[in-house]
Amino acid sequence: MNAVKLVAVFAENKPGQTARVTRILAHANLNIRWVTIASVGAFGVMKFLVDNAQLAYEALKHEGYVTTLLEVLAVEVSDQPGALHAVAECLAFHQINLENTSGFVANQRAILVLEVSDLARAREILQQQNLRVLTREEMLTL
Amino acid sequence: MFWDETHETLPRPDLERLQLQRLQETVRRVFARVPFYQRKFNDLGLTPEAIRSLADLRRLPFTTNADLRANYPAGLLAVPYDQTLRLHTSSGTTGKPKALFFSRQDVNNAAELCARAFIATGVRAGDVFQNMMTYGMFTGALVTHYGAEKVGCLVIPAGPGNSERQVMLMRDFGSTVIHLTPSYALYLATFLEKHGVEPRRDLQLRKAFVGAEPYTEETRRKIEEGLGLDVYNSYGLSEMNGPGVAFECEQKQGMHLWEDHFLVEILDPETDEPVPEGQSGELVLTTLCREAMPLLRYRTRDVTALITAPCACGRTHRRLHRITGRADDMLILRGVNIYPQQIERVLMAQPGIGRNYLIELTGLDEMTVKVELAEAGFGGQVEQLIALQKKLAEKLRAEILCKPTVQLVPPGDLPVSEGKAKRVVDRRQL
Ligand SMILES: [Zn+2]
Repeated sequence: MNAVKLVAVFAENKPGQTARVTRILAHANLNIRWVTIASVGAFGVMKFLVDNAQLAYEALKHEGYVTTLLEVLAVEVSDQPGALHAVAECLAFHQINLENTSGFVANQRAILVLEVSDLARAREILQQQNLRVLTREEMLTL
Repeated sequence: MFWDETHETLPRPDLERLQLQRLQETVRRVFARVPFYQRKFNDLGLTPEAIRSLADLRRLPFTTNADLRANYPAGLLAVPYDQTLRLHTSSGTTGKPKALFFSRQDVNNAAELCARAFIATGVRAGDVFQNMMTYGMFTGALVTHYGAEKVGCLVIPAGPGNSERQVMLMRDFGSTVIHLTPSYALYLATFLEKHGVEPRRDLQLRKAFVGAEPYTEETRRKIEEGLGLDVYNSYGLSEMNGPGVAFECEQKQGMHLWEDHFLVEILDPETDEPVPEGQSGELVLTTLCREAMPLLRYRTRDVTALITAPCACGRTHRRLHRITGRADDMLILRGVNIYPQQIERVLMAQPGIGRNYLIELTGLDEMTVKVELAEAGFGGQVEQLIALQKKLAEKLRAEILCKPTVQLVPPGDLPVSEGKAKRVVDRRQL
Protein backbone atom coordinates (compact mmCIF):
# COMPACT_ATOMS: atom_id res chain seq x y z
CA MET A 1 0.00 0.00 0.00
CA ASN A 2 1.33 3.40 -0.97
CA ALA A 3 1.54 5.54 2.14
CA VAL A 4 0.40 9.14 1.97
CA LYS A 5 3.32 11.52 2.00
CA LEU A 6 3.47 15.09 3.19
CA VAL A 7 6.25 17.49 2.43
CA ALA A 8 7.33 19.45 5.54
CA VAL A 9 9.22 22.73 5.33
CA PHE A 10 11.11 24.64 7.98
CA ALA A 11 10.56 28.38 7.67
CA GLU A 12 10.91 31.51 9.64
CA ASN A 13 7.82 32.91 11.23
CA LYS A 14 7.87 36.06 9.13
CA PRO A 15 5.32 37.70 6.85
CA GLY A 16 5.54 36.43 3.30
CA GLN A 17 7.09 33.07 4.14
CA THR A 18 3.97 31.06 3.33
CA ALA A 19 3.57 32.96 0.10
CA ARG A 20 7.16 32.25 -0.90
CA VAL A 21 6.78 28.54 -0.27
CA THR A 22 3.45 28.24 -2.07
CA ARG A 23 4.87 30.20 -5.00
CA ILE A 24 7.67 27.65 -5.34
CA LEU A 25 5.12 24.84 -5.32
CA ALA A 26 3.00 26.64 -7.90
CA HIS A 27 6.01 27.14 -10.15
CA ALA A 28 6.63 23.41 -9.99
CA ASN A 29 3.01 22.92 -11.16
CA LEU A 30 2.04 21.28 -7.92
CA ASN A 31 -1.45 21.32 -6.57
CA ILE A 32 -1.82 21.86 -2.88
CA ARG A 33 -4.55 19.57 -1.60
CA TRP A 34 -4.20 20.39 2.02
CA VAL A 35 -1.89 22.36 4.30
CA THR A 36 -1.15 22.75 8.00
CA ILE A 37 1.12 25.31 9.59
CA ALA A 38 2.50 25.09 13.11
CA SER A 39 4.55 27.99 14.36
CA VAL A 40 6.31 28.46 17.64
CA GLY A 41 8.18 31.64 18.38
CA ALA A 42 10.53 32.57 15.59
CA PHE A 43 9.95 29.61 13.31
CA GLY A 44 7.31 27.32 11.98
CA VAL A 45 6.81 24.11 10.10
CA MET A 46 4.46 23.96 7.13
CA LYS A 47 3.18 20.64 5.88
CA PHE A 48 1.63 20.19 2.49
CA LEU A 49 -0.22 17.42 0.81
CA VAL A 50 0.51 17.85 -2.88
CA ASP A 51 0.02 15.64 -5.90
CA ASN A 52 3.75 14.84 -6.08
CA ALA A 53 5.51 15.05 -2.73
CA GLN A 54 8.91 14.05 -4.08
CA LEU A 55 8.82 16.81 -6.69
CA ALA A 56 7.75 19.34 -4.04
CA TYR A 57 10.62 18.21 -1.83
CA GLU A 58 13.13 18.69 -4.62
CA ALA A 59 11.75 22.08 -5.66
CA LEU A 60 11.91 23.42 -2.10
CA LYS A 61 15.34 21.96 -1.46
CA HIS A 62 16.58 23.55 -4.66
CA GLU A 63 15.44 26.92 -3.33
CA GLY A 64 17.49 26.35 -0.19
CA TYR A 65 14.72 25.28 2.18
CA VAL A 66 15.23 22.69 4.86
CA THR A 67 12.58 20.17 4.02
CA THR A 68 11.67 16.55 4.56
CA LEU A 69 9.06 13.99 3.55
CA LEU A 70 6.72 12.56 6.15
CA GLU A 71 4.68 9.41 5.83
CA VAL A 72 1.28 9.79 7.41
CA LEU A 73 -1.94 7.85 7.71
CA ALA A 74 -5.04 9.24 6.10
CA VAL A 75 -8.12 7.70 7.67
CA GLU A 76 -11.68 8.17 6.58
CA VAL A 77 -14.08 8.50 9.49
CA SER A 78 -17.75 9.14 9.70
CA ASP A 79 -18.51 12.85 9.64
CA GLN A 80 -19.98 13.01 13.13
CA PRO A 81 -19.04 13.97 16.70
CA GLY A 82 -16.71 11.59 18.50
CA ALA A 83 -15.02 10.21 15.39
CA LEU A 84 -11.60 11.61 16.20
CA HIS A 85 -11.95 10.62 19.80
CA ALA A 86 -12.56 7.00 18.84
CA VAL A 87 -9.46 6.88 16.68
CA ALA A 88 -7.27 8.56 19.29
CA GLU A 89 -8.51 6.24 22.02
CA CYS A 90 -7.92 3.16 19.95
CA LEU A 91 -4.32 4.19 19.17
CA ALA A 92 -3.67 5.15 22.77
CA PHE A 93 -4.93 1.75 23.87
CA HIS A 94 -2.26 0.14 21.71
CA GLN A 95 0.33 2.61 23.01
CA ILE A 96 0.90 4.32 19.69
CA ASN A 97 1.96 7.88 20.04
CA LEU A 98 -0.07 10.39 18.07
CA GLU A 99 2.38 13.13 17.15
CA ASN A 100 0.07 15.31 15.15
CA THR A 101 -3.48 15.14 14.00
CA SER A 102 -5.47 17.27 11.67
CA GLY A 103 -8.52 16.72 9.61
CA PHE A 104 -10.62 18.08 6.83
CA VAL A 105 -13.78 17.36 4.97
CA ALA A 106 -13.83 16.93 1.23
CA ASN A 107 -16.91 16.01 -0.80
CA GLN A 108 -18.78 15.10 2.38
CA ARG A 109 -15.98 12.72 3.38
CA ALA A 110 -14.22 13.36 6.69
CA ILE A 111 -10.50 12.62 6.56
CA LEU A 112 -8.11 12.49 9.49
CA VAL A 113 -4.40 12.94 8.82
CA LEU A 114 -2.40 11.19 11.51
CA GLU A 115 1.31 11.41 12.20
CA VAL A 116 2.12 8.47 14.41
CA SER A 117 5.19 6.83 15.89
CA ASP A 118 4.63 3.40 14.34
CA LEU A 119 2.95 3.79 11.03
CA ALA A 120 2.63 0.14 10.04
CA ARG A 121 1.16 -0.97 13.33
CA ALA A 122 -1.22 1.96 13.50
CA ARG A 123 -2.52 1.11 10.04
CA GLU A 124 -3.10 -2.48 11.03
CA ILE A 125 -4.96 -1.50 14.18
CA LEU A 126 -7.16 1.01 12.44
CA GLN A 127 -8.00 -1.43 9.69
CA GLN A 128 -8.98 -4.00 12.31
CA GLN A 129 -11.44 -1.39 13.57
CA ASN A 130 -12.93 -1.33 10.09
CA LEU A 131 -11.67 2.15 9.41
CA ARG A 132 -10.70 2.96 5.86
CA VAL A 133 -7.02 3.90 5.50
CA LEU A 134 -6.60 5.74 2.22
CA THR A 135 -3.83 5.08 -0.26
CA ARG A 136 -1.86 7.91 -1.80
CA GLU A 137 -3.86 7.61 -5.01
CA GLU A 138 -7.19 7.67 -3.18
CA MET A 139 -6.12 10.66 -1.17
CA LEU A 140 -5.22 12.61 -4.29
CA THR A 141 -8.48 11.86 -6.03
CA LEU A 142 -10.83 12.80 -3.23
CA MET B 1 61.30 16.35 3.88
CA PHE B 2 62.50 19.79 4.87
CA TRP B 3 62.89 23.14 3.18
CA ASP B 4 65.69 24.30 5.46
CA GLU B 5 66.74 21.16 7.31
CA THR B 6 69.66 22.79 9.14
CA HIS B 7 67.54 25.42 10.82
CA GLU B 8 64.37 23.37 11.20
CA THR B 9 66.14 20.56 13.07
CA LEU B 10 68.74 22.58 14.93
CA PRO B 11 69.42 20.95 18.33
CA ARG B 12 67.90 23.04 21.11
CA PRO B 13 71.22 24.26 22.60
CA ASP B 14 72.38 25.45 19.18
CA LEU B 15 68.98 27.00 18.50
CA GLU B 16 69.12 28.86 21.79
CA ARG B 17 72.63 30.10 21.08
CA LEU B 18 71.44 31.39 17.74
CA GLN B 19 68.42 33.02 19.38
CA LEU B 20 70.56 34.84 21.91
CA GLN B 21 72.93 36.08 19.26
CA ARG B 22 70.01 37.35 17.16
CA LEU B 23 68.24 38.86 20.14
CA GLN B 24 71.35 40.81 21.13
CA GLU B 25 71.74 42.03 17.58
CA THR B 26 68.09 43.10 17.43
CA VAL B 27 68.31 44.90 20.75
CA ARG B 28 71.44 46.77 19.67
CA ARG B 29 69.79 47.80 16.43
CA VAL B 30 66.54 49.12 17.89
CA PHE B 31 68.43 50.93 20.65
CA ALA B 32 70.62 52.63 18.06
CA ARG B 33 67.91 53.40 15.50
CA VAL B 34 64.40 53.54 16.95
CA PRO B 35 63.72 56.52 19.23
CA PHE B 36 60.64 54.80 20.65
CA TYR B 37 62.75 51.93 21.99
CA GLN B 38 65.56 54.26 23.05
CA ARG B 39 63.11 56.09 25.29
CA LYS B 40 61.73 52.87 26.69
CA PHE B 41 65.24 51.55 27.43
CA ASN B 42 66.21 54.81 29.08
CA ASP B 43 63.07 54.79 31.21
CA LEU B 44 63.98 51.30 32.40
CA GLY B 45 67.64 52.22 32.87
CA LEU B 46 68.49 49.49 30.41
CA THR B 47 71.31 49.26 27.85
CA PRO B 48 71.74 46.59 25.16
CA GLU B 49 74.73 45.19 27.07
CA ALA B 50 72.38 44.13 29.86
CA ILE B 51 70.95 41.36 27.67
CA ARG B 52 73.37 38.51 28.38
CA SER B 53 71.10 35.48 28.29
CA LEU B 54 67.70 34.53 26.93
CA ALA B 55 66.34 34.90 30.44
CA ASP B 56 67.15 38.62 30.18
CA LEU B 57 64.38 38.86 27.59
CA ARG B 58 62.05 39.56 30.48
CA ARG B 59 63.87 42.80 31.23
CA LEU B 60 62.92 44.20 27.84
CA PRO B 61 59.91 46.49 27.41
CA PHE B 62 56.67 45.29 25.83
CA THR B 63 55.37 46.58 22.53
CA THR B 64 51.60 46.84 22.24
CA ASN B 65 48.98 47.41 19.65
CA ALA B 66 48.66 50.97 20.94
CA ASP B 67 52.40 51.55 20.48
CA LEU B 68 52.11 50.55 16.85
CA ARG B 69 49.23 52.95 16.31
CA ALA B 70 50.96 55.75 18.17
CA ASN B 71 54.03 55.34 15.98
CA TYR B 72 52.00 55.31 12.77
CA PRO B 73 53.09 55.69 10.06
CA ALA B 74 56.85 55.13 10.20
CA GLY B 75 57.96 55.73 13.79
CA LEU B 76 59.22 52.20 14.39
CA LEU B 77 61.44 51.93 11.34
CA ALA B 78 64.97 50.69 11.97
CA VAL B 79 66.15 51.27 8.40
CA PRO B 80 66.02 54.41 6.26
CA TYR B 81 62.63 54.89 4.60
CA ASP B 82 64.12 54.43 1.15
CA GLN B 83 65.38 50.97 2.10
CA THR B 84 61.89 49.64 2.69
CA LEU B 85 60.46 47.48 -0.02
CA ARG B 86 56.89 46.76 0.92
CA LEU B 87 54.15 48.18 3.12
CA HIS B 88 51.37 46.16 4.70
CA THR B 89 48.79 47.32 7.16
CA SER B 90 47.06 45.23 9.73
CA SER B 91 43.34 44.72 9.63
CA GLY B 92 42.44 47.09 12.41
CA THR B 93 38.75 47.43 13.12
CA THR B 94 38.91 50.92 14.56
CA GLY B 95 40.97 54.05 13.97
CA LYS B 96 44.24 54.17 12.07
CA PRO B 97 45.69 50.90 10.87
CA LYS B 98 49.06 49.60 11.96
CA ALA B 99 51.73 50.09 9.31
CA LEU B 100 54.23 47.28 8.81
CA PHE B 101 57.31 47.77 6.65
CA PHE B 102 59.37 45.07 5.02
CA SER B 103 62.93 45.35 3.72
CA ARG B 104 64.09 43.14 0.85
CA GLN B 105 65.48 40.71 3.41
CA ASP B 106 62.19 40.74 5.34
CA VAL B 107 60.19 39.93 2.21
CA ASN B 108 62.53 37.06 1.53
CA ASN B 109 62.49 35.78 5.11
CA ALA B 110 58.71 35.82 5.31
CA ALA B 111 58.55 33.78 2.11
CA GLU B 112 61.22 31.38 3.46
CA LEU B 113 59.15 30.67 6.56
CA CYS B 114 56.07 30.00 4.44
CA ALA B 115 58.11 27.72 2.19
CA ARG B 116 59.26 25.75 5.24
CA ALA B 117 55.65 25.40 6.33
CA PHE B 118 54.35 24.31 2.94
CA ILE B 119 57.04 21.66 2.54
CA ALA B 120 56.32 20.45 6.08
CA THR B 121 52.72 19.69 5.09
CA GLY B 122 53.72 17.84 1.95
CA VAL B 123 53.30 20.58 -0.64
CA ARG B 124 55.82 20.22 -3.46
CA ALA B 125 57.01 22.03 -6.57
CA GLY B 126 54.36 21.42 -9.20
CA ASP B 127 51.43 21.81 -6.86
CA VAL B 128 48.80 24.32 -7.97
CA PHE B 129 48.22 26.79 -5.16
CA GLN B 130 44.94 28.71 -5.29
CA ASN B 131 45.24 31.59 -2.90
CA MET B 132 41.83 32.76 -1.67
CA MET B 133 43.04 35.21 0.92
CA THR B 134 42.55 38.91 0.39
CA TYR B 135 45.30 40.47 -1.67
CA GLY B 136 46.23 44.06 -0.98
CA MET B 137 47.27 45.68 2.24
CA PHE B 138 46.50 42.56 4.25
CA THR B 139 49.53 40.25 4.65
CA GLY B 140 47.50 37.03 4.33
CA ALA B 141 47.71 36.56 0.59
CA LEU B 142 50.93 38.18 -0.60
CA VAL B 143 53.25 36.61 1.94
CA THR B 144 52.02 33.08 1.22
CA HIS B 145 52.02 33.90 -2.48
CA TYR B 146 55.76 34.50 -2.34
CA GLY B 147 56.26 31.42 -0.18
CA ALA B 148 54.39 29.15 -2.59
CA GLU B 149 56.36 30.56 -5.53
CA LYS B 150 59.56 29.85 -3.66
CA VAL B 151 58.54 26.20 -3.32
CA GLY B 152 57.82 26.09 -7.04
CA CYS B 153 54.03 25.98 -7.04
CA LEU B 154 51.89 27.48 -9.75
CA VAL B 155 50.18 30.22 -7.76
CA ILE B 156 46.69 31.39 -8.67
CA PRO B 157 46.08 34.76 -6.98
CA ALA B 158 42.32 34.28 -6.86
CA GLY B 159 41.55 36.33 -3.77
CA PRO B 160 38.42 35.57 -1.75
CA GLY B 161 34.78 35.37 -2.78
CA ASN B 162 33.01 34.71 -6.05
CA SER B 163 32.66 31.02 -5.35
CA GLU B 164 31.56 30.12 -8.85
CA ARG B 165 34.78 31.51 -10.24
CA GLN B 166 36.79 29.76 -7.51
CA VAL B 167 35.34 26.41 -8.53
CA MET B 168 35.94 27.18 -12.19
CA LEU B 169 39.60 27.94 -11.45
CA MET B 170 39.91 24.74 -9.42
CA ARG B 171 38.51 22.68 -12.27
CA ASP B 172 40.31 24.39 -15.13
CA PHE B 173 43.76 24.62 -13.57
CA GLY B 174 43.66 21.53 -11.36
CA SER B 175 44.26 23.33 -8.07
CA THR B 176 45.72 20.99 -5.47
CA VAL B 177 46.29 23.39 -2.58
CA ILE B 178 44.08 26.20 -1.32
CA HIS B 179 44.62 28.90 1.27
CA LEU B 180 41.58 30.50 2.87
CA THR B 181 39.80 31.46 6.07
CA PRO B 182 37.82 28.84 8.00
CA SER B 183 34.53 30.69 7.51
CA TYR B 184 35.01 30.86 3.78
CA ALA B 185 36.07 27.20 3.71
CA LEU B 186 32.81 26.22 5.40
CA TYR B 187 30.87 28.42 3.02
CA LEU B 188 32.64 26.87 0.06
CA ALA B 189 31.84 23.35 1.29
CA THR B 190 28.16 24.27 1.38
CA PHE B 191 28.46 25.89 -2.01
CA LEU B 192 29.96 22.75 -3.58
CA GLU B 193 27.27 20.59 -2.06
CA LYS B 194 24.53 22.89 -3.30
CA HIS B 195 25.92 22.88 -6.81
CA GLY B 196 26.44 19.14 -6.97
CA VAL B 197 30.23 19.33 -7.07
CA GLU B 198 31.74 16.29 -5.36
CA PRO B 199 35.27 17.48 -4.55
CA ARG B 200 36.80 13.99 -4.34
CA ARG B 201 35.47 13.17 -7.80
CA ASP B 202 35.40 16.51 -9.60
CA LEU B 203 38.38 18.38 -8.17
CA GLN B 204 42.01 17.62 -7.38
CA LEU B 205 42.27 19.40 -4.05
CA ARG B 206 44.67 17.77 -1.58
CA LYS B 207 45.43 20.34 1.06
CA ALA B 208 44.04 23.50 2.55
CA PHE B 209 45.86 26.02 4.66
CA VAL B 210 43.25 27.49 6.89
CA GLY B 211 43.98 30.45 9.09
CA ALA B 212 43.52 34.17 9.79
CA GLU B 213 40.66 33.36 12.16
CA PRO B 214 40.75 31.00 15.10
CA TYR B 215 38.71 27.81 14.63
CA THR B 216 38.12 24.51 16.33
CA GLU B 217 39.02 20.87 15.65
CA GLU B 218 35.36 20.25 14.83
CA THR B 219 35.51 22.96 12.19
CA ARG B 220 38.66 21.39 10.78
CA ARG B 221 36.85 18.07 10.45
CA LYS B 222 33.85 19.70 8.78
CA ILE B 223 36.10 21.43 6.27
CA GLU B 224 38.08 18.27 5.58
CA GLU B 225 34.87 16.35 5.08
CA GLY B 226 33.17 19.01 2.96
CA LEU B 227 36.10 19.82 0.70
CA GLY B 228 37.69 16.36 0.61
CA LEU B 229 41.18 17.37 1.63
CA ASP B 230 43.60 17.72 4.55
CA VAL B 231 43.40 20.93 6.54
CA TYR B 232 46.51 22.40 8.13
CA ASN B 233 46.23 25.03 10.76
CA SER B 234 48.47 28.04 10.58
CA TYR B 235 49.09 31.06 12.70
CA GLY B 236 50.34 34.45 11.81
CA LEU B 237 49.70 38.10 12.33
CA SER B 238 50.59 41.13 10.28
CA GLU B 239 52.76 42.52 13.05
CA MET B 240 54.95 39.40 12.72
CA ASN B 241 55.16 39.29 8.88
CA GLY B 242 51.70 37.82 8.49
CA PRO B 243 51.21 34.10 7.84
CA GLY B 244 54.00 31.63 8.46
CA VAL B 245 54.82 32.42 12.08
CA ALA B 246 53.65 28.97 13.13
CA PHE B 247 52.40 26.14 10.96
CA GLU B 248 51.35 22.56 11.39
CA CYS B 249 53.48 19.79 9.94
CA GLU B 250 52.00 16.56 8.56
CA GLN B 251 51.43 15.33 12.12
CA LYS B 252 48.67 17.96 12.59
CA GLN B 253 49.50 18.13 16.30
CA GLY B 254 50.09 21.79 16.93
CA MET B 255 51.90 24.46 14.94
CA HIS B 256 55.69 24.66 14.87
CA LEU B 257 56.68 28.20 15.70
CA TRP B 258 59.86 29.15 13.86
CA GLU B 259 61.98 29.88 16.86
CA ASP B 260 65.06 30.97 14.94
CA HIS B 261 62.94 33.94 13.76
CA PHE B 262 60.69 34.58 16.75
CA LEU B 263 61.24 34.37 20.48
CA VAL B 264 58.12 33.10 22.16
CA GLU B 265 56.70 33.80 25.60
CA ILE B 266 53.36 32.75 27.04
CA LEU B 267 52.35 35.18 29.76
CA ASP B 268 49.52 35.48 32.19
CA PRO B 269 47.67 38.53 30.78
CA GLU B 270 46.88 39.76 34.28
CA THR B 271 50.28 39.53 35.93
CA ASP B 272 52.59 39.53 32.86
CA GLU B 273 54.40 36.58 34.47
CA PRO B 274 55.22 33.47 32.42
CA VAL B 275 52.62 30.75 32.86
CA PRO B 276 53.73 27.29 33.98
CA GLU B 277 54.89 25.13 31.07
CA GLY B 278 52.05 23.94 28.88
CA GLN B 279 49.43 26.29 30.28
CA SER B 280 47.40 28.89 28.40
CA GLY B 281 48.25 32.54 28.32
CA GLU B 282 48.84 35.46 26.03
CA LEU B 283 51.32 34.86 23.25
CA VAL B 284 54.12 37.43 23.23
CA LEU B 285 56.60 37.45 20.36
CA THR B 286 59.93 39.12 19.67
CA THR B 287 61.25 39.26 16.12
CA LEU B 288 64.81 37.96 15.75
CA CYS B 289 65.55 38.52 12.08
CA ARG B 290 63.43 41.47 11.11
CA GLU B 291 65.36 44.28 9.53
CA ALA B 292 62.94 47.08 8.70
CA MET B 293 60.75 46.94 11.75
CA PRO B 294 61.96 44.78 14.62
CA LEU B 295 59.49 44.44 17.49
CA LEU B 296 60.36 43.52 21.05
CA ARG B 297 57.92 41.49 23.13
CA TYR B 298 54.89 42.24 21.02
CA ARG B 299 51.67 41.42 22.83
CA THR B 300 49.60 39.50 20.29
CA ARG B 301 46.46 39.33 22.49
CA ASP B 302 46.08 35.76 21.25
CA VAL B 303 45.53 33.11 23.87
CA THR B 304 47.34 29.80 23.37
CA ALA B 305 49.76 27.36 24.99
CA LEU B 306 53.13 25.87 24.04
CA ILE B 307 53.68 22.19 23.36
CA THR B 308 57.24 21.41 24.43
CA ALA B 309 57.32 17.66 23.67
CA PRO B 310 59.39 16.69 20.61
CA CYS B 311 57.41 16.22 17.39
CA ALA B 312 57.56 13.03 15.35
CA CYS B 313 58.52 15.04 12.26
CA GLY B 314 61.96 15.82 13.68
CA ARG B 315 61.62 19.60 13.82
CA THR B 316 63.04 20.97 17.04
CA HIS B 317 60.95 24.13 17.09
CA ARG B 318 58.25 24.04 19.74
CA ARG B 319 54.59 24.01 18.78
CA LEU B 320 51.68 26.29 19.52
CA HIS B 321 48.31 24.90 20.43
CA ARG B 322 45.35 26.01 18.41
CA ILE B 323 44.54 29.61 19.36
CA THR B 324 41.77 29.35 21.92
CA GLY B 325 40.69 32.95 21.66
CA ARG B 326 41.69 36.48 20.92
CA ALA B 327 41.99 38.37 24.13
CA ASP B 328 40.14 41.13 22.23
CA ASP B 329 37.31 38.91 20.96
CA MET B 330 36.47 37.91 24.45
CA LEU B 331 33.03 39.05 25.46
CA ILE B 332 31.74 39.39 28.94
CA LEU B 333 28.20 38.28 29.63
CA ARG B 334 26.81 38.58 33.13
CA GLY B 335 30.35 38.87 34.40
CA VAL B 336 31.56 35.69 32.70
CA ASN B 337 34.40 35.76 30.17
CA ILE B 338 33.35 34.03 26.97
CA TYR B 339 35.25 33.36 23.77
CA PRO B 340 33.14 32.88 20.62
CA GLN B 341 35.26 29.80 19.89
CA GLN B 342 33.77 28.06 22.91
CA ILE B 343 30.34 28.49 21.40
CA GLU B 344 31.52 27.37 18.01
CA ARG B 345 32.98 24.22 19.53
CA VAL B 346 29.62 23.24 21.00
CA LEU B 347 27.72 24.02 17.81
CA MET B 348 30.09 22.15 15.52
CA ALA B 349 29.84 19.03 17.68
CA GLN B 350 26.04 18.93 17.37
CA PRO B 351 24.61 16.93 14.46
CA GLY B 352 21.65 18.35 12.60
CA ILE B 353 22.76 21.92 12.42
CA GLY B 354 24.60 23.89 9.77
CA ARG B 355 27.91 25.66 9.71
CA ASN B 356 26.93 29.28 10.01
CA TYR B 357 26.08 30.91 13.31
CA LEU B 358 25.70 34.32 14.89
CA ILE B 359 25.98 35.41 18.50
CA GLU B 360 23.67 38.31 19.32
CA LEU B 361 23.95 40.22 22.56
CA THR B 362 20.78 42.09 23.29
CA GLY B 363 18.74 43.79 25.96
CA LEU B 364 20.42 44.23 29.28
CA ASP B 365 22.71 41.23 29.16
CA GLU B 366 21.10 38.54 27.06
CA MET B 367 22.66 36.25 24.52
CA THR B 368 20.93 34.69 21.56
CA VAL B 369 22.81 32.16 19.48
CA LYS B 370 21.36 31.84 16.01
CA VAL B 371 22.34 28.74 14.15
CA GLU B 372 21.24 27.28 10.86
CA LEU B 373 19.18 24.13 10.83
CA ALA B 374 20.45 21.40 8.51
CA GLU B 375 18.27 18.87 6.75
CA ALA B 376 19.65 16.08 8.91
CA GLY B 377 18.22 17.83 11.96
CA PHE B 378 14.73 18.22 10.54
CA GLY B 379 12.15 15.54 11.10
CA GLY B 380 9.18 17.69 10.17
CA GLN B 381 7.99 18.24 13.73
CA VAL B 382 8.02 21.53 15.59
CA GLU B 383 8.46 19.67 18.87
CA GLN B 384 11.75 18.13 17.72
CA LEU B 385 13.07 21.55 16.81
CA ILE B 386 12.18 22.97 20.18
CA ALA B 387 13.91 20.01 21.81
CA LEU B 388 17.01 20.62 19.69
CA GLN B 389 17.09 24.27 20.72
CA LYS B 390 16.79 23.30 24.36
CA LYS B 391 19.51 20.70 24.08
CA LEU B 392 21.89 23.19 22.48
CA ALA B 393 21.11 25.81 25.11
CA GLU B 394 21.93 23.27 27.82
CA LYS B 395 25.20 22.26 26.18
CA LEU B 396 26.16 25.89 25.81
CA ARG B 397 25.36 26.57 29.41
CA ALA B 398 27.71 23.76 30.42
CA GLU B 399 30.47 25.32 28.32
CA ILE B 400 30.09 29.06 28.92
CA LEU B 401 28.25 29.04 32.26
CA CYS B 402 25.45 31.30 31.01
CA LYS B 403 22.33 29.92 29.37
CA PRO B 404 21.73 31.60 26.04
CA THR B 405 18.59 31.50 23.93
CA VAL B 406 19.18 29.26 20.94
CA GLN B 407 17.29 30.04 17.78
CA LEU B 408 17.27 27.78 14.76
CA VAL B 409 17.10 29.65 11.49
CA PRO B 410 16.81 28.49 7.88
CA PRO B 411 20.07 28.12 5.94
CA GLY B 412 21.11 31.28 4.19
CA ASP B 413 19.35 33.42 6.75
CA LEU B 414 22.46 34.60 8.58
CA PRO B 415 24.76 37.14 7.00
CA VAL B 416 27.51 35.31 5.13
CA SER B 417 30.75 37.00 4.50
CA GLU B 418 33.03 35.36 2.00
CA GLY B 419 36.04 36.59 3.95
CA LYS B 420 36.23 36.99 7.68
CA ALA B 421 32.94 36.12 9.31
CA LYS B 422 31.36 38.45 11.79
CA ARG B 423 30.20 36.18 14.56
CA VAL B 424 29.24 38.56 17.31
CA VAL B 425 26.72 41.40 17.16
CA ASP B 426 26.50 43.45 20.32
CA ARG B 427 23.24 45.36 20.66
CA ARG B 428 23.16 45.54 24.43
CA GLN B 429 21.80 48.66 26.03
CA LEU B 430 24.26 48.76 28.88
ZN1 LIG C 1 56.19 18.37 13.48
